Amino acid sequence: MKSNTLTIIKKEFARFFGDRQLIFTALIMPGLLIYLIYSFMGTGIESMIQEGANDNVALRVENMPESIAPLFDNADSLNITILPVPFTQKDIDQLEDKDLNTVLMRFPADFDQQLATYVPQSGEPAPNIEIYYNSTNNATQRVFSILETMLTTYEESICNRFDINRVDETSEEPVSFDQATDDNIGAMIWSKILPMLILMMLFSGVMAIAPSSIAGEKERGTIATLLVTPMRRNELALGKIISLSGIALMSGISSFIGIALSLPKMIHGDVDTAALGFHYTTGDYFVLLLTILAAVLIMASVISLLSALAKDVKNAGTMALPLMLVVMLCGLLPMFQNGASENLAIYLIPFYNSVEVMTAVFAHEVLWMPVVVTLVANVVYTGIAVWVLTRMFSSEKVMFAK
Amino acid sequence: MNEILRVEGLSKTFTLSRKQQKIERTNARRKTAVDGLSFVAHKGEIFGLLGPNGAGKTTTLRMLATLLRPDSGDATIDGSSVVAQPEEVRRKIAFLTSELKLEDFFTPNYLFDFFSRLHGVDEVTMRGRKAQMFQRFGIDKFAEVKVANLSTGMKQKLSLVISLVHYPDIIIFDEPTNGLDVLTARTVTDYLQELRAAGKTIILSTHIFSLVERLCDRVGLIIDGRMIACGSLSEVCNGIPLEDKFFNIYKEVKGGEE
Repeated sequence: MKSNTLTIIKKEFARFFGDRQLIFTALIMPGLLIYLIYSFMGTGIESMIQEGANDNVALRVENMPESIAPLFDNADSLNITILPVPFTQKDIDQLEDKDLNTVLMRFPADFDQQLATYVPQSGEPAPNIEIYYNSTNNATQRVFSILETMLTTYEESICNRFDINRVDETSEEPVSFDQATDDNIGAMIWSKILPMLILMMLFSGVMAIAPSSIAGEKERGTIATLLVTPMRRNELALGKIISLSGIALMSGISSFIGIALSLPKMIHGDVDTAALGFHYTTGDYFVLLLTILAAVLIMASVISLLSALAKDVKNAGTMALPLMLVVMLCGLLPMFQNGASENLAIYLIPFYNSVEVMTAVFAHEVLWMPVVVTLVANVVYTGIAVWVLTRMFSSEKVMFAK
Repeated sequence: MNEILRVEGLSKTFTLSRKQQKIERTNARRKTAVDGLSFVAHKGEIFGLLGPNGAGKTTTLRMLATLLRPDSGDATIDGSSVVAQPEEVRRKIAFLTSELKLEDFFTPNYLFDFFSRLHGVDEVTMRGRKAQMFQRFGIDKFAEVKVANLSTGMKQKLSLVISLVHYPDIIIFDEPTNGLDVLTARTVTDYLQELRAAGKTIILSTHIFSLVERLCDRVGLIIDGRMIACGSLSEVCNGIPLEDKFFNIYKEVKGGEE
């Protein structure tokens, strides 16, 4: 029995590795594509943020109050040129031209006096500062943000009643109020994003090969040639599922490398990359590998069953669509929950159990029982799938239906 | 003569889809393809199943090859039942039909080895047999050419060779010359005679009278899934040409139906 299964596995691998196009689409392309797209997106976002951001902007200020003027002492270093010139509606309309690096700011004529006499509890509207800018021009958007921050800080400073988490800047070791470590923050982000990404990669890996391997063989009439050999149907089923899982795993790894390499570029600048670095132990990786393997097995099994049921490759693709939605949904769930579930029954649900274990791994919360339940459940489900696939290979209705 | 194949009361019905009902112009949900078929074949003979299209020949052969399961009845091939011991049966037979295809991606060399292993042929025998068969059918020059790039005739010869990797005693051949060019058809029929000379038993189906007359030792006439006549050619024909005999029987059976 073993040798026939091995013969089938060898043939499937020979088929796969002998086909440059298939190697490219299933092994190289996913990783490469993810790397290129993520890197491109990262670079694109960065250049969008950077573009024009440092250009000099003319800031026309009408009625500059004496109390505010000192705030603009270092305006030159921020590439802002202050022009104390009044402006009209026509000037405001001209800002529609997004190439015009100008921001207009208008204070009430007696701003300082209004400020001094204003009582917040009076219900009267507070003195208002108008700032006209164009948010599609990165330079004026930048200046608007600076002005907004500057004025808000000033407002807080003149009516400060209490502080929250004040940091003593002069202290050598300032108190840290957020007790989460960098590891915790990184782990939380990874545990919400990576399970879905991994699951989707594995799914597309299986989809790249399983339909052509079973539905394709039906369509081309080559499965019948296999069925007239003395090989048992379960040997064929096992051989197909094992080989498909192996190839899908390789495809998943390719995607994973793509993500790992492109992620630093994707989150360039915005986040402290050191805080997001992987800090996982060999044990974590081992559990992750086992879980991925279990997920691949169940995925290859279910898609094999659908492919065997399908009339042709196209039909198999259509039949797998609802499954893809289910897998995506399972992958999305960690984003809406706080860590992995402790209810063991959850780990009996195929697909979702792998997501939960992966979430736990990335959040540094791995417990052995859920992992064991997941692995055992998936192996049992795969066993059931092999049995069903065996029945399907034996069924003339399934194999020879036109 | 030694009996090597015994078919007893073999029956098979299919459920018709609505589309098939329209094509067949019937309201019946089920169609009987094979109806209590019985016959025997002896070791070292070529037995032909002769009948028009749709008579149930292919279904019968597919049941013998264990690709279809009979609704009732059984067939025993060299002591193994197609119902109870399908793997044993497949070990003892070669089954060839134009519907069995080879994967375009692989070379004849690879496929011969692959199917030999699935049939449990040892490496030494496999190599010797491959060299001999490839040379016999002129495949040796194309041994490393992918099936996709072979000519139609070469593909058909390769299918024949691959089906015989284990060189079994019983060869079941559905419409052996269907779709073959004259040269390949001749190669195949010559080879069938060689196989008979080597003591193999061949069961073939056909609707070509001349093929039966030229090749078969015994023949069974099938109409509407039922065996109408069975025996040696001389017994069945009784002095008149096979074609005339067949149409006489056909008219008798179908009567006023047509």
